[in-house]
Amino acid sequence: MTDSATIRFLLDGEVVEIHDADPTRTVLQYLREDLRRKGSKEGCAEGDCGACTVVVAELDADGTNLKAINSCIQFLPTLDGKELLTVESLAADGALHPVQSAMVANHGSQCGFCTPGFVMSLYALYETNENPGRQDIDDALSGNLCRCTGYRPIIAAAKDMYSAKRVNRPNRSAELESIQRESSLHIEHNGRRFFAPLDADEFAALFAQYPTATILAGGTDVGLWVTKQHRELTTIIYTGRVADLRDVKVTDTHIDIGSAATLTDAIPTIVEHYPGLTEMFRRFASPPIRNAGTLGGNIANGSPIGDSMAALMVVDATLVLRVGAVEREISLGDFYHDYMVNDLQPGEFVSRIKMPLPSDDAVVKSQKWSKRFDQDISAICTAYRLVLDDGKVKSFRMACGGLAATVRRAKETEAAITGLPWAEETIEIACVALAKDFTPISDMRASADIRLLAVQNLLRRFFAESERGDVETVYTYGR
Amino acid sequence: MGASVKPALKRESAVGSPIPHDSAHLHVTGRASYTDDLPEPRDLLHVAVGMSSLAHAEVGEIDLSAVKAAAGVVDVCIASDIVGTNNYGPIIEDDPIFATDLVQYVGQPIFAVAATTVDAARKAARMANIEYRELDAILDPLDAVLKESFVLPSETLVRGDPDSAIASAPHRTRRRVFLGGQDQFYLEGHIAMAIPQEDGCLLVYSSTQHPDEVQMLIAQTTNRPANDVTVICRRMGGAFGGKESQAALIACVAALASDKTGRACKLRLDRDDDMVMTGKRHDFVIDYDVGFDDTGLILGIDFELASRCGMSADLSGPVNDRAMFSCDNAYFLENIRILSHRCKTNTVSNTAFRGFGGPQGMFAIEYAIEDIARNLGKDPLEIRRRNFYGKDERNVTQYLQVIEDNVIDEIFDQLVSSSDYRKRREDIQAFNAENDILKRGIAITPVKFGISFTNTLLNQAGALVHLYKDGTIQLNHGGTEMGQGLYVKVAQVVADEFQVDIDRIRITAADTSKVPNASATAASSGADMNGMAAKKAAAKIRGRLTEFAARHFAVPEADIQFADNQVRAGDNTVSFAALVQLAWADRVPLSATGFYKTPKINYDRETFSGRPFFYFAYGAAVTEVVVDRLTGENRTLRVDILHDCGDSLNPAIDLGQVEGGYVQGVGWLTSEELWWNDRGELGTHAPSTYKIPTCSDLAPDFRVELMQSNPNPEDTIYRSKAVGEPPLMLALSAFHAIRDAISDSSCPAPDLNAPATPEAILKAIEASRHE
Repeated sequence: MTDSATIRFLLDGEVVEIHDADPTRTVLQYLREDLRRKGSKEGCAEGDCGACTVVVAELDADGTNLKAINSCIQFLPTLDGKELLTVESLAADGALHPVQSAMVANHGSQCGFCTPGFVMSLYALYETNENPGRQDIDDALSGNLCRCTGYRPIIAAAKDMYSAKRVNRPNRSAELESIQRESSLHIEHNGRRFFAPLDADEFAALFAQYPTATILAGGTDVGLWVTKQHRELTTIIYTGRVADLRDVKVTDTHIDIGSAATLTDAIPTIVEHYPGLTEMFRRFASPPIRNAGTLGGNIANGSPIGDSMAALMVVDATLVLRVGAVEREISLGDFYHDYMVNDLQPGEFVSRIKMPLPSDDAVVKSQKWSKRFDQDISAICTAYRLVLDDGKVKSFRMACGGLAATVRRAKETEAAITGLPWAEETIEIACVALAKDFTPISDMRASADIRLLAVQNLLRRFFAESERGDVETVYTYGR
Repeated sequence: MGASVKPALKRESAVGSPIPHDSAHLHVTGRASYTDDLPEPRDLLHVAVGMSSLAHAEVGEIDLSAVKAAAGVVDVCIASDIVGTNNYGPIIEDDPIFATDLVQYVGQPIFAVAATTVDAARKAARMANIEYRELDAILDPLDAVLKESFVLPSETLVRGDPDSAIASAPHRTRRRVFLGGQDQFYLEGHIAMAIPQEDGCLLVYSSTQHPDEVQMLIAQTTNRPANDVTVICRRMGGAFGGKESQAALIACVAALASDKTGRACKLRLDRDDDMVMTGKRHDFVIDYDVGFDDTGLILGIDFELASRCGMSADLSGPVNDRAMFSCDNAYFLENIRILSHRCKTNTVSNTAFRGFGGPQGMFAIEYAIEDIARNLGKDPLEIRRRNFYGKDERNVTQYLQVIEDNVIDEIFDQLVSSSDYRKRREDIQAFNAENDILKRGIAITPVKFGISFTNTLLNQAGALVHLYKDGTIQLNHGGTEMGQGLYVKVAQVVADEFQVDIDRIRITAADTSKVPNASATAASSGADMNGMAAKKAAAKIRGRLTEFAARHFAVPEADIQFADNQVRAGDNTVSFAALVQLAWADRVPLSATGFYKTPKINYDRETFSGRPFFYFAYGAAVTEVVVDRLTGENRTLRVDILHDCGDSLNPAIDLGQVEGGYVQGVGWLTSEELWWNDRGELGTHAPSTYKIPTCSDLAPDFRVELMQSNPNPEDTIYRSKAVGEPPLMLALSAFHAIRDAISDSSCPAPDLNAPATPEAILKAIEASRHE
């Protein structure tokens, strides 16, 4: 048994070593079935209910970085080099952690099944924010569903957990340091393989060698292939350890995002430059999903209801694609060919995402339309980039998700109003053109005719906002 | 009596205290054991169910060879393996455990496979090769009415002369409105584990609200006497009615697999399978026709209700009966007809869900009330008050029960004032005049909810209390714990009966070998019935202890006082534990059962008349919302609730029920949409697509109060009132606030269906544009 095949992570201060792991065994299965550590629960096995939430600590440039993740869709090898904290980790010597005692004191549990997940999301909040407001609490808990309490007592606990004497987390950076690896993790198990390359060159070489391999990033979709579709993944190449694909940098011209950067790492830089994308990214999944999921994964997966792509298209983002040592750049607008079909060639992967920095004269905005504010999949996602010149439309780009087999631009609409005055009549012209651009379908998220009406109304809303400076949404109103 | 008067020993009463949930410390540490957390027998097999892929089809050959050959598979079970009855229907035997020659919904179980791991079982369950001959499917209630496809005969209740009252009324309005169903979405999915015992007995751990029924159905299915089956449930991770009747399906399958393999078998449904395979709240199509006068007084009303029961009767009979009983909500309806269709559709069999038809009945009348107000241009508040039941007159329901405990006027008076309703309504009108995109709305709605099972015989409960030599107590009763705090409430009752601290009491799992023949923990009756039964059991033992103490200390029984973990006998004071030890040594029996049956109730289903309910629980809510007219997105801004729990057994627990019920109700009426495609496949079968409220959906301003100094006039346990279901219907105020927000002078009464998703709201606005 070589070191390169052994998963090592910290649990309750001890280094856990796992040899010959099944690469698609989930962290939750490992906890519940192998360790019989039954505190973490399975509520959905798809990362949408949060009953399985655990916290993972990872070394980063600033020290140790704590994040809540959904253990039900995380594969065990992704823990390598990290610390895992579960609900059982918190109570020290039988004394409840302040998060736990606040939940008891505020009657924050009823049936209790979601509670371990809430405790862990609250714990991540406790460790990363010392004075959260309601908005911070909502955001931190948006990936946790409770069916009993109606959330009021849990929110009260989230405020109250700071009133007890602060309990500091033991510093485990030395232990974490000790389990970092020089050479990459490579597991072979019953004819299946898992690679966790450490740099982009190794990643590219492996994918060139195994062009049919499954690229695993955050696992927020691939995890479901296993838990829901029971697919057997023969070869997996994990992006999570590829240091030079996880960076987010700003150059003179671009925001340059490594495809393996998590959404949590990428979003602050994006919205700093494009504040019009803030609400969309707030509504983009939940913290546990954003902590694992990557922008590159959202793009490469290419779902027609992916949230990021419309915004990236209107700012004319480009993708750096790489096969072996060869790179090429393609506009995101040209990347998707058809439903779940893209321009990637065998062995080729999305290496980086390049968003041009905003120009002063352009207004960029993205909207999401769904049944629920938090953690919902878009029925429609829109994005606009508007440049006016003397009250006339100098340049207009609009892209939509949820209206066609891929996220794509509304070219008829764009053309129809370019050069026209930015006025209500022009918007009505655009609304007519939208019906030529898109022939949406009916599904569980919305029916075809209302989808068309909704996208027209979203455009009308964008117009109203541009005219009035700002129009509050139901989500900002009264808060 | 000549006893000297001494100050009573002081001990804070447990009843009425906001004691935390008995398992709270276990919940937060992950140490509370749910069925899947129990230690597993070494030979345990995991079971998965193979389901129908068609909504309606004749079944030909069921080829399971690939399933049997799959890795890890030990055995399979099909209908022909069932030695007893192939049925888990609780009332009517129309619910096969495994389909035989006919499948009637997508997701109907056809076979089960037992394998060494969960994954192996679930993978194998997909490998069957089943021959179908597809039949036409009925997929919605209106189609069923048209084709006269019913699970049970339609029922009609008539009082007075609705036709002429409506025809001669100065005003009349009618409407058809669609009201969606709701998935229970308990966080813990259905699960059961069956473990063979010696001599053919079977022990089953089941996540069920009704262990007795699970026991009986396993006995019937496996052809055993009931005394060979023991069913245990310590707690459920939520149930909400979803585990009342349908938990039996899961438990029966586990039992069958266990019998077939001779090994312990566990069936835990995957979330998607759970949502596809098991029933939900009934969606309704509601037609009404109402006649009223200039003041908004209802003169006559005619309801036609068509509910989606799915492929079998399940609990649809009583669910629809309760819908009929709830069409009055808090209003006196002298001339009324209710025609209720129980539609058979090729979809999953719908079942109990918190409110049990009540929410749908109340939705119907509240919609009519709102329409009357909107037709007359009056504040709906006035119309509600105009039609409320009176105290001494206008106080007879459509099922001829005289209402003796009406407090709705008091609740409304207090809430209208405390919520500042009138001023806020004016502010909202001003705001809406100024704003064209965001619109606000407000509504106040009442709740009057009848408490008791409408089937009188179910209103019985048993408890078992043991006192051990060291003075500790074990408490058991037929009620199940699903998060509602039943167990702590009953423990509070027992603690007070013995005047000991509650931590002296060990609460134990619902167990058919301890308390037999228990009714489901349902109909909000858990604390009322089990609290009373446990009190009686404890009182029996206390009586024996009192008799013993009087004898032992040679004082009159009247001088025996239990207080503060002690017992005083005249001038002697001993600890409770010491007295118990002495009593044991004197061979005093220290264990007792208690039994309770709800008094006063009687009901004749043939004539829809009698007193089905022991009493009513009341409440009201004011909800204010903001709606985006362009996107249809909406959010609650402020909620004011005043709810009647009688004298609360535990105000913290009851507050939790009120708050949680309200939010769950808002989910039902706003974001939770069940969507089937034209093949009868449920599209919304996981939290990714089925959206229950999240944290940010809670109104930023949320004010909930329990009515104070408000004892139940009926002799319930410490004069408390049931609280499980009634608060859900407070959420009707949120729906009507949304409707208020999107109404204006050009369209005062928009055609809004429930749930009021952004899509439904846009449709309603769009329809009003074209009117």
